[in-house]
Amino acid sequence: MIANFGLAALWLAGALAALQLLAGAFALRGDEPTLARLVRPAAVVQGVLAALSFGALLLLFARTDLSVRLVVENSSSMKPMIFKIAGAWGNHEGSMLLWVTIMSLAGALIALLERRLPEPTMLATLAAQAFVGLGFYAFLLFSSNPFERVANPPPDGYGLNPLLQDIGLAFHPPTLYLGYVGLSVAFSFAVGALVTREVTPDFARAMRPWVLGAWIFLTLGITAGSYWAYYELGWGGWWFWDPVENASLMPWLAATALLHSASVLAARDALRAWTIMLGVIAFSMSMIGTFLVRSGILTSVHAFAVDPERGTFILALLAVYIGGALTLFALRAGTVTEGERFAVTSREAALVVNNVALTSILAIVLVGTLYPLVTEAFGVKVSVGPPYFNPVTAIFFFPMLAVLAIGPLLRWRRDSLGRVRGEVLLVALVAVAALAGARFAGSTRLLPLLGLALAVAVAVAAFLPLRGRSLRRLPLHVWGMVLAHFGIAVSLFGVSVDSAFTKERLIAAQVGETMHVGPWAVTLASVEPVAGPNWTAMEGTLSVSFDGGSPSEMTPQSRNFWEPVQHTSESALLTRWNGQLYAVIGEEAENGGWQLRLWWKPFVTFIWFGGLLIGLGGLLALLGRLSLDLKRRHVRARGAERRAEQAQ
Amino acid sequence: MSRVRWTLWLPLVLFAIFCAVVFVQLVHPAGTTVASKMIGKPLPPFQLRAASPDRPGVSTADFQDGKPKLLNIFASWCIPCIAEAPQLAELERQGATIIGVDLRDHPEDLAAFLARNGDPYARIGADDLSVVQLGIGSSGVPETYVIDGKGVIRYQHIGDIRAEEIPFMLEKLKEAGA
Repeated sequence: MIANFGLAALWLAGALAALQLLAGAFALRGDEPTLARLVRPAAVVQGVLAALSFGALLLLFARTDLSVRLVVENSSSMKPMIFKIAGAWGNHEGSMLLWVTIMSLAGALIALLERRLPEPTMLATLAAQAFVGLGFYAFLLFSSNPFERVANPPPDGYGLNPLLQDIGLAFHPPTLYLGYVGLSVAFSFAVGALVTREVTPDFARAMRPWVLGAWIFLTLGITAGSYWAYYELGWGGWWFWDPVENASLMPWLAATALLHSASVLAARDALRAWTIMLGVIAFSMSMIGTFLVRSGILTSVHAFAVDPERGTFILALLAVYIGGALTLFALRAGTVTEGERFAVTSREAALVVNNVALTSILAIVLVGTLYPLVTEAFGVKVSVGPPYFNPVTAIFFFPMLAVLAIGPLLRWRRDSLGRVRGEVLLVALVAVAALAGARFAGSTRLLPLLGLALAVAVAVAAFLPLRGRSLRRLPLHVWGMVLAHFGIAVSLFGVSVDSAFTKERLIAAQVGETMHVGPWAVTLASVEPVAGPNWTAMEGTLSVSFDGGSPSEMTPQSRNFWEPVQHTSESALLTRWNGQLYAVIGEEAENGGWQLRLWWKPFVTFIWFGGLLIGLGGLLALLGRLSLDLKRRHVRARGAERRAEQAQ
Repeated sequence: MSRVRWTLWLPLVLFAIFCAVVFVQLVHPAGTTVASKMIGKPLPPFQLRAASPDRPGVSTADFQDGKPKLLNIFASWCIPCIAEAPQLAELERQGATIIGVDLRDHPEDLAAFLARNGDPYARIGADDLSVVQLGIGSSGVPETYVIDGKGVIRYQHIGDIRAEEIPFMLEKLKEAGA
């Protein structure tokens, strides 16, 4: 019953998307102007129907309705409720339904709230949104029906894999999806503006909150994913340039660039075609990322089932949307009139450097991710790793940070470096001092050294835009910028200190033996077998003390799961304000000792604190922009009222 | 104003190339049995220093003791190698002798890799310049070769060994041992 209802709602939502697309397109052609009135209501009802459909799926999972194939395969009546519900989107079909639900709700919100743009642009935007949505409805209904029934319901579901019962794992994908979908809205706005050639500051202002929202979710998703890889994989590393990681990083890079170029367009009416292009690229990266992950054509530590049919379907969608948008861009971008000019030394120019650097890094990551795919076409499998990504991205990342330190101090349109001489000097001095300090502390490798110097310099420079301004009256979005830039510095500081000063020991330790790693003394007190619901493990008990202080206990485990058979290292972490001690226990060594791997990672937590700060900065900027928008709308409405009164 | 610049078409062209490559990949997944030109020929003479302090390096003579072996090309920086590790462990458990050729690696990274992913290797040689890799006709990581007891290359497996391919690899080893 519920399943039938969900499926019916999904079909209806798809039909409304078709209506929204056709009505918008015909109204735009001028054939049937009255059809324009259908578009906004269609978007709203479509959103409601998609939400109902997803609600039905949630209910099916909450009740463990075993007549539905998806529930049978991915849930079990014995699961805790929170994992039953999370199970709804922890699979291919459910996650696609979640995606299309979020997307249509976003469409409904635009239809209800957005009044700044000229009506034709709005129609084109909503039609584009419906067009994208339609593909996903088709994908769901024809190739991945989440409401498919089973003929003979089994006594219970099969989805009781405790490995997947992880609260982080349950909420990680929806976070990234919110990001991807936000970028789909930016994409629709870009297509809408291209169709009507109305690439205006208002277009940038309408698009910006969506990009900001998407960007916040992507930032948080990447930060959380990185920490997960750090403690779960037990390697002490926090970023592996794995295809799945790159798939989330690439949209983030594009969104970051888009955020900055949209600011230029909103404030100065420059970079018109470029902003459109980035709007298309940002969503393309989300879709390419989803495609690479879901089609399983790249080997990755995150294993997903390979399914050529679904892969081909997503590729077809990709070709239609991205190919279509790029064709439109090629036809129209030449006719979008050039925006305002600006001087080489100006805020705009600094933001252009930011954009060029970010897109270059994006290209580098994309090439590195796809390279194995290209060589595979010639029968050669390769793996591209950190030796490529780290130095090559640094070539663009470091100069970008140098510009980041100065850019926010420059004025729009035209400025001279002489005016900000004092600040430039200060930042340069700080950088040199930090470089000398790091060198003195014993770091010798180039990248960490430069990273440290830049991190400290940017940390100081991030606050320079506040100088001489009333902190109480400073707009919220400026605080957001300051915080996000400071977050970049904090993160980079963590990365650089970690790679420059990590201390590592790998030993076959006897029980009772004491070893030293950095300032820590670590004693292997005992190794005991322990057992869990579906695993057994050898658990080491370590007594650790920092610099001769009072001892604490750590218990890393080496686990063997039997269903499915899998060996994992459960690392143990001890966090101090200035770093983490990371311990992994391996197999029994030949001499009766145990393989122990210890890391002292100074300031490693700053990597993720920085990520959180960046996200928080984004949130402040979003709130600031939204409240400004509301004020403006209020003022506009008041002005309209007054004009109406005067006219009477 | 209506002049269409060719550079505007560039993104579309690049995207079309991407789609074409990916489509080919989807429709014709790369075969895992593409043969090296060295199949059926003896291993070239080589001598690799020990990559790991606790066991010897690798030389051609190690493959000529009459017992067939697997030669696995890997590296600590190679992500598919992580995915492959459980399968190698299983192969070792079922009696295969696995000799590792570790490409362009640091000893501490290798130690970390083995501690994390298990250590199925009887010997590991450090191939810092990819001499052996290229010598036996391999151009990627990971790859696994079946070498018979006289040191002749019998079979080449490109890419990581999947769980379902374990029986096949054991079969190939048995063929080489006959």
